[in-house]
Amino acid sequence: MTVGLFLTQVLNGLQLGVLLFLLAAGLTLVFGIMNFVNLAHGSLYMMGAYFAATVFDRTGSFVLAGLIGIPATLLLGVIVERVALMRLYNRDHLDQVLATFGLILFFNELVRIIWGPASVYMNAPAALSGTVELFGLRYPSYRFAIIGVGLAVGLALYFLIHRTRIGMLIRAGATHPEIVSALGVNVRRLNTLVFGLGAALAGLAGLMAGPIVSVQSGMGEPILILTLVVIVTGGIGSIRGAFYGALIVGVVDTFGRAFLPTLLREFLERSLAQAAGPAIASMLIYVLMAVVLAIRPQGLFPVRHG
Amino acid sequence: MNSPTPGPQPVPHEAPPHSQRPVWRVTPSRLVAGLLLAALALVPVIAAAIGEPFYVTLFTRVVIFALAAVGLNLILGYGALVSFGHAMYIGIGAYAVGILAHHGVSNGWTQLAAALAVGAAVAVIIGLVCLRTSGMAFIMITLAFAQMFYFLCISLKQYGGDDGLTINARSDFGLFSLTSNTVLYYFAFILLIACLVVFQQLVHSRFGMVLRGCRSNERRMAALGFPTLRYKLTAYVISALVCVVAGALLANLAKFAAPSYMAWQASGDLIVMVVLGGMGTIVGPVAGAVALLIFEEILAGWTTHWMIVLGPMIVLIVLTAKKGLYGYLVDRDARRMASGGPGA
Amino acid sequence: MTLLAVSGLTKRFGGLTATDGVDLTVEAGEVHAVIGPNGAGKTTLINQLSGELVPDAGTIGLNGRDITAEPVYRRALMGLGRSYQITSVFPEFSVLINVVLAAQAHSGHSFSFWRPVAVDTALTDRATSALTQAGLSAKADVSVSALAHGERRQLEIAMTLATQPQLLLLDEPMAGMSLAESERLVRLLASFKDRYGILLVEHDMDAVFKLADRISVLVYGRVIACGDPTAIRANPDVRAAYLGDQDLVA
Repeated sequence: MTVGLFLTQVLNGLQLGVLLFLLAAGLTLVFGIMNFVNLAHGSLYMMGAYFAATVFDRTGSFVLAGLIGIPATLLLGVIVERVALMRLYNRDHLDQVLATFGLILFFNELVRIIWGPASVYMNAPAALSGTVELFGLRYPSYRFAIIGVGLAVGLALYFLIHRTRIGMLIRAGATHPEIVSALGVNVRRLNTLVFGLGAALAGLAGLMAGPIVSVQSGMGEPILILTLVVIVTGGIGSIRGAFYGALIVGVVDTFGRAFLPTLLREFLERSLAQAAGPAIASMLIYVLMAVVLAIRPQGLFPVRHG
Repeated sequence: MNSPTPGPQPVPHEAPPHSQRPVWRVTPSRLVAGLLLAALALVPVIAAAIGEPFYVTLFTRVVIFALAAVGLNLILGYGALVSFGHAMYIGIGAYAVGILAHHGVSNGWTQLAAALAVGAAVAVIIGLVCLRTSGMAFIMITLAFAQMFYFLCISLKQYGGDDGLTINARSDFGLFSLTSNTVLYYFAFILLIACLVVFQQLVHSRFGMVLRGCRSNERRMAALGFPTLRYKLTAYVISALVCVVAGALLANLAKFAAPSYMAWQASGDLIVMVVLGGMGTIVGPVAGAVALLIFEEILAGWTTHWMIVLGPMIVLIVLTAKKGLYGYLVDRDARRMASGGPGA
Repeated sequence: MTLLAVSGLTKRFGGLTATDGVDLTVEAGEVHAVIGPNGAGKTTLINQLSGELVPDAGTIGLNGRDITAEPVYRRALMGLGRSYQITSVFPEFSVLINVVLAAQAHSGHSFSFWRPVAVDTALTDRATSALTQAGLSAKADVSVSALAHGERRQLEIAMTLATQPQLLLLDEPMAGMSLAESERLVRLLASFKDRYGILLVEHDMDAVFKLADRISVLVYGRVIACGDPTAIRANPDVRAAYLGDQDLVA
């Protein structure tokens, strides 16, 4: 195994992690603040990818795809929240799970009707279609850019939550909603804001994932479930947990898939390694989640309560 | 007005058990349950009479999912444990039959024993991990583990992988084999009835009351002295094993074992069946399975895009008809009895 | 025989010390009341004794055994019974079944899957006697949702009694009761106080002075005074702490 290969996988892991973080941040905020299980978050990611791909298809511009796609996803999120999800904030988790499940089915079928069952394609912006040189290794510029954008968003979110008034309201709304509303803050609007923020992040993730994944019906759910693993491992409601959890899950999953089959071939007989390798690699992050839960049920970086 | 006891939303339930056995009366809900089960019992007869054997196949699927839904209901309706991964156990049952058949073992008893053993082991391990959490974490973790199994089955290339595993012969139980569609139907139906009878007793037994107490107020259960984890785990395993049996039947019906049996949508569908029929009632999930699958069958006849109707329908059900079709009847009867109507 | 021995119990929530080195004991047959202004940490104390909260320091002993690390259900099985400030019962079941569940917890294991609990006379008899003790036997077959507030508090007590405890932790049992209901509950507690050791957390000073053999006063998590009712009434620190809160002069 060369240093180059190792580094490539680290970067791949970071790139997956950063995409997961964009989704996990929105999801964990909604979980932590509104106590709401939003399984339809994957659908927002999917719609973000479809919006971006459609704009790109019409205009050929990645930038336009982002400028139109992300606000469109935000708007869609707000509409869904106001029309359907708002009524469910005080209901038990089963109701929320079922309702968002219904929404997933709806959106998956909607894109099949509008865009058809085949995958839709999108290209990376021309400026980023080359490679960058890092420590003697060539890595696709676009994927590198994703890492950069993700880290920048992470920093921006940190500042938003911990250094601005809105962020303080969001944090307060998470722990003491009655006090926040007694202070005259419109909690309903705050909730919609948080939900919209999550939808925008999902839209950004969809935009960036567009060129590197298959944009098709049902693309949201596998990522959603990975995101759930991130949140549970990192700590529900915690942005820090979402960030570190996403990076950990991204790196572990990437490394597992890349190196585990080869590693197993050192120890096990070839055909067994051939069979077990991919199987165990695909299970790796779930086993990780189980181990974390067994040792620290509240997650690795839980929200710190006063 | 004192603060309400914290806990889940009220769900329909049979009239509270009285200190003596009450006189057993024919109430509207019991009548409907009886008619439903009688109708299901007569499906092969009716299908033969009208010359449409397809209906036997269709309703076998309904009965199989009704069995799985009844199993899930034990922990979902009576235990308030929202498992979004129970289809995983259907998959285990199906693959146990499929893998054994692939290796030439078509003895139904062996297949069932293997399926139940694997299912129990998996349920204990996963149950122990999941039951350390509650609320949304529990839901997410059960979903994650089901996904893990889904990927595991896809990666088993020697057993079909993504494409699934064909099963050449249905299970042979010695005295009978499931090769005939009618035999398979009645086998599944008898298992369903057996499960209903056992669960009807179980929910009023000591074990059932502990489970329902945990749903109602787990904090108080612990304070009273119940080690709640072991009872919840036992209930989880029991409900998983019922789904394992359903999976074994499903593999026989389709002569096929596929990873899609344990996809997250399948788990969601199970929950819909339970809620649609009425959680917290024994027969409710049967009504829910019948309603959902027949409705899907009818809708699919109209348009290939029927899911766009199903999705919002589920949302509407959640927002309005939370008690479920059968559950609504049961609740009405319970309220009549409590207020001194006939049977009080 | 010292039933409950608490030593150096401490609990902090971030910067707030809710329980500050609390020492107290409860003997069998005595009522030891804990009083204090709102926010003194009385419920936090009870939650640590019952096991729902883990203390940061200190020990709790029940009948000479250290139970500080024991989970909630084990303490209950060892003889610790607890009632809640906010009624915590099983609203979907009848009054009788609520108490049957309590009796069931102390009647062997519950891995019985067939026999209906409602015909298990061992349990129903125990439940009925606990209900009679609590004065609720007339309402046995009524659904909890049909009970008045005072009757629900009686049910709370009945459930705790059905577990046949040795030590009772009562968290504001008079909460929200009318004068008549409180007097009835005081008479009830007085009637069986010699059978248990009772730690009584209460705001209702009438009840406290009628029932307590000893009183501890908790202020900001610390016990500032402990003694018999007369001594406490005369204690200047106690009067100062309660200035404006309660009139201690009978």
